Amino acid sequence: MTVGELCKTLDLTPFSVADEDRPISGGYIGDLLSWVMGRAESDQVWITIMSNQNIVAVATLADVAMILLAEGVCPDEGVANIAASRGINLYGSKLPAFELATRIGSLI
Amino acid sequence: MADPLRFHYKVDGSNFTSAGEASVEVKKKLRQLGFSPETIRKVSIAMYEGEINMVIHARGGDADVFVYPDRIEIVLADTGPGIADVDLAMQEGYSTAPDNIRTLGFGAGMGLPNMKRNSDSMRIDSTVGVGTTIYMTILV
Repeated sequence: MTVGELCKTLDLTPFSVADEDRPISGGYIGDLLSWVMGRAESDQVWITIMSNQNIVAVATLADVAMILLAEGVCPDEGVANIAASRGINLYGSKLPAFELATRIGSLI
Repeated sequence: MADPLRFHYKVDGSNFTSAGEASVEVKKKLRQLGFSPETIRKVSIAMYEGEINMVIHARGGDADVFVYPDRIEIVLADTGPGIADVDLAMQEGYSTAPDNIRTLGFGAGMGLPNMKRNSDSMRIDSTVGVGTTIYMTILV
């Protein structure tokens, strides 16, 4: 499953589309950025409700496949542009994190 | 031995939202130099946590990265308040970060432990009222 396929299947809202062909290997849910930095793995979907600019740096450094904002959260002003300029996939969904995780789990 | 490659960054203490830029830059450089993803990840995490700490606690500082063929050394120096009890600060979950930082997703007390976990050796020199310098080495 790729980022683009996931977006289509779950009808996600694209905020920054940087690499739709990036494969997804799993997922990680978390809002404490140090926790995410230390535990999220490369190519995972990172599901969070954090919307500030720091999520772009964390996603870059942890090398996740995409950031997925749950619960209808939108990125703070300017964050989508920063994500795009850094090559980070940033999407959103109205669904809660648990619901997203179970659906992604059944798809990959 | 040949001189190491050296990258120097000023960490801006006044701009919390852009914190992490030095780490992202180092990650890019290490990738260009052909280091393994595992090494790059360790350096990135260790440096980012240090950079964030400098912004939260010390109004910024200086970050130096030395790249040797067999190791990468990171030196983070600030002139902040210093760490009164290093052992306590090293405990997971212990944090003195203010509430406004916590609402941004930091201040979980994981920064220093993450730095230690991702480096092969780490030394903290800190004097209260003078500042803190942290040395980390990641073996390649």
